[in-house]
Amino acid sequence: MELDKKLKIRNKLGLHARAAAKIVEISNQYESRLFLKKNNREVDGRNILSILTLSCPMDTEIEVRIEGEDSESFMEKLCELFEQKFGESR
Amino acid sequence: MMNKHTGEQIKLRGIAVSPGIIIGKVHLVYRSRVNIQYQYLIRDEQLDEEVKRFETALNVTENQVLNLKDRIPDQVKKHAFILDACLMILKDSMFTDSTIQRILNEKINAEWALQKSVEDINQVFDQIDDDYIKSRINDVENVAERVLRNLSGKAQENLAGINERVIIVANDLSPADMTELNIDKVMGFLTNVGGKTSHTAIMAQGFELPAVLGLESVTDQVENGDLLILDGNTGDVIINPDDITLNNYKEKQIQHEEYKSSIVKTSHLPATTLDGQRIIIKANVEFPEEVMSVRDYGGEGVGLFRTELQYIKRKKFPDENELLEDYRAIVEAIAPAPVTIRTLDLGGDKFGSELGNSKERNPALGLRAIRLCLREPEMFKTQLRAILRASVYGSVQIMFPMISGLQEVLDAKKILCQAKEELDREKIRYDHEIKVGIMIEIPSAVTMAEVLAKHVDFFSIGTNDLIQYALAIDRINEHVAYMYQPFHPAILKMIQQVVIAARNGRIDVSLCGEMAGDPFCVPILLSLGLNELSMNARTIPVVKEIIRSVSIEDARIDFENVIGLSTAEEVREYIFDRMKSRFPGLEKKWNYYMLERPDGLILS
Repeated sequence: MELDKKLKIRNKLGLHARAAAKIVEISNQYESRLFLKKNNREVDGRNILSILTLSCPMDTEIEVRIEGEDSESFMEKLCELFEQKFGESR
Repeated sequence: MMNKHTGEQIKLRGIAVSPGIIIGKVHLVYRSRVNIQYQYLIRDEQLDEEVKRFETALNVTENQVLNLKDRIPDQVKKHAFILDACLMILKDSMFTDSTIQRILNEKINAEWALQKSVEDINQVFDQIDDDYIKSRINDVENVAERVLRNLSGKAQENLAGINERVIIVANDLSPADMTELNIDKVMGFLTNVGGKTSHTAIMAQGFELPAVLGLESVTDQVENGDLLILDGNTGDVIINPDDITLNNYKEKQIQHEEYKSSIVKTSHLPATTLDGQRIIIKANVEFPEEVMSVRDYGGEGVGLFRTELQYIKRKKFPDENELLEDYRAIVEAIAPAPVTIRTLDLGGDKFGSELGNSKERNPALGLRAIRLCLREPEMFKTQLRAILRASVYGSVQIMFPMISGLQEVLDAKKILCQAKEELDREKIRYDHEIKVGIMIEIPSAVTMAEVLAKHVDFFSIGTNDLIQYALAIDRINEHVAYMYQPFHPAILKMIQQVVIAARNGRIDVSLCGEMAGDPFCVPILLSLGLNELSMNARTIPVVKEIIRSVSIEDARIDFENVIGLSTAEEVREYIFDRMKSRFPGLEKKWNYYMLERPDGLILS
């Protein structure tokens, strides 16, 4: 099953190394594949460098797409991560 | 103590990223790039084997990093994610898959292929605007280096083996290197590369060890065992110091330690006088690197950010994005506390490179600051746009310098208005409520303060220039410098007049000259009704201490008495006696701050 959603980067530092690492970390926990897209450039959610090169400061909206069996619980987890600003206080 | 070395004293200046002063011996860490001379082609039947060799090196590297992660010292445990990022890079397709593809398609050896992949990644990162993300290429290179080393079978120098207290000097230190170190034996760090946001900086702060980075070629300038002074407060590094310098720094070291232990406990707390008046204390900042220390010293924002440096250090005027980048870094570092950005105060003695060096007969009274900006409206607008754009990253105020009367305020605000309209048209965000203020540093502005207050949101009294202009004294001129006198009754009356005008106009007023950070001036400034001061960050703790031990009522007695005295000498004596009775033993306690007083009032 494929799920699409738009998510906003809410933490002050944007999608930097620690945040990107968290995305990769959960991507590796699921069967489904995650793709992140900004300005028509799509990258693999398991590749930390590609995620960094999307270069997303705070308030950037990115499109995420999850493909696979467990896409629903994956999406839930991902939204939570964005919602909680990747565990950062600001 | 005698210095045995024959080497000459060398002074270097780098980026101070972690405070503290240390004197110690150099331990050079060679982390130079592994030299890949072996670029060779692989025969078809050996391609699989070459891929396997690469994969083995990846596995070995992974295990090494996992191992480091297990042993990560407690102080930097929260930075363990840096090692996680290393592990992820090892599994990244841009790093791994593309290297394997290269081995197979181009039939080249693993080292060569990996180098090419890293070059590719480098190119992608190079195009990114964000400096933080751009600098992450260092992480990729560090990981690649480990893999290359494992491919070559050469072991790394074992950093864990260092067994005497040393200052680590290296081209760069990867997070893995840092965690590998026997941290008890490390006194501090110096590196050629790196800056405020590098992992080395983060880790050094985590370990609370002094560090100076970005020294460019320090590894070529020292040898193992060299004696070295590292000042993590200023970024100064002195190799092979002579005896005088050495003694000097030993003194500074003691002062720094004493200072740290005396103020650290209270400098972060707000400053309130004995009779309950809350005084806001901010810092003056010139170098972006200073920003880190603002909070450490207990500053509640930046009351004056000087913007000249970006214009002086470049051959051409900086463009909007370059300015924005610098402003943003400062605004973000200080947020949510406010930053007051003063627009360009060039001209006079400090001329920007692009304007050439037109010799004026009387530069202090010449084409400078706001006058220059109004004559170069495009340059001015570029700066205003950058400041406006930076305002979305925190809390920003704009301040115009050298205002002599209302017309300049109106003209400057007009250009500000144009800049805002442009941004609106381009749909670029900025803080629409941004506050606009002026420096009061010309006597005519003091006289006109009531009028000016109707047109701006705040005043900031710049006493350095105000004293110079009001007393007609060029403080750089050694023949008259002795007359530069903050306690001159005329100056005190002017400050009082500005404070009253601001109060009547219901706008904020602060004071940002050297007087604000001068322990001897502080009580009197409070008595004049000022409740916001901005100063060199270093002096904040002692100023807060003074504020906490005086009452406005008591300070007012000083003011009444001083204003009745007729000569500077009398004022000086009176103030000194009062302070001595208020703060017994102050000579010893404040000596650190008293070294360079503008009015030559030396304690002894």
